[in-house]
Amino acid sequence: MAPEELIETIRERFGDAVLGSHTAHGDATVVVTPEELRNVCQFARDEPQLRFELLLDVTAVDLSKLPEWETRFELVVHLRSIENVAILRIKVPVGEEDPRVPSVTKIYPAANWFEREVYDMFGIEFDGHPDLRRILLYDEFEGHPLRKDYPFDRQHPLVPLREAWTPGIAWKLEERWGQYARDRGEPPA
Amino acid sequence: MFDGGFLTTQLDKVIGWSRKYSLFQYPFVTACCGMEFMSTACSHYDISRFGAEIPRFSPRQADVLFVVGTISHKLSPVLKRVYDQMCNPKWVVAFGACASTGGFYDNYATVMGIDRILPVDIYIAGCPPRPEAVLDGLLQLQAKVEGRTTGESGLVQTSG
Repeated sequence: MAPEELIETIRERFGDAVLGSHTAHGDATVVVTPEELRNVCQFARDEPQLRFELLLDVTAVDLSKLPEWETRFELVVHLRSIENVAILRIKVPVGEEDPRVPSVTKIYPAANWFEREVYDMFGIEFDGHPDLRRILLYDEFEGHPLRKDYPFDRQHPLVPLREAWTPGIAWKLEERWGQYARDRGEPPA
Repeated sequence: MFDGGFLTTQLDKVIGWSRKYSLFQYPFVTACCGMEFMSTACSHYDISRFGAEIPRFSPRQADVLFVVGTISHKLSPVLKRVYDQMCNPKWVVAFGACASTGGFYDNYATVMGIDRILPVDIYIAGCPPRPEAVLDGLLQLQAKVEGRTTGESGLVQTSG
């Protein structure tokens, strides 16, 4: 199925819930509202013309470093139809205040760990997810490191750090570490 | 005739000499440096020439902890625990750039050198180090185990 036909089929069925669409390199992209995400996935999976049996990926983008942006995050879902040899990309705008989207785990069980990863890295919460907790990082980690406002080298050690010693080389932990500790309100070491 | 000082000094030398030629390693291998470690351990470079051919996968039987590869903060309690389970005397080798300094990682997940959490005896540079560098590091460690010190240049002083 050609990507243009694909977009037309989804537009016919969902109307105003489709906020935008485009094609690139033979793939179709539709932007839909969070409310309709589940219905679009259900339609894409079950409609005989579409038959997107396979969920390839769920990820997200933090748009806040772009010159212009309206909603801070964008959830991206990739679907694959083996039967019809097509790829569909569904994007969902997610706001900065209380970032929250419906989970698609009921439709595609493969989304379970992807959604946990998105939660881990971006802090986007998924309504209806059976087990929403961190998957890559540890529970003691504070914040979500792929958000653009997270300092990329801010760390949360699990083991108390020692003053390193090396004969002939005197050095201490970097100033920025102390700065982060002061930011968190911890007493100086 | 058997002055106490004389006898003790000689015993230390014997113990140091025997320790340095029977280093049992615990290879804590997490990343690509492990390929170079395997290469060093196998017959081409043959680490057994230096008496360090036996990897012990129980920390209680190991003398030297080879930390080979990147250590993340999530993994650091495991590494710390392995180190704590080793019996004294024990030594630690930071194998490669990541274990020594964090390497090219500068992010939220990576420990910027294992000397943040463990005392390290020998740092082996390289990304990953060549087997020759590993053997050199091992020789430096042997000198340290035997009780010889390193000079300002970092090279082992073989005399004295």
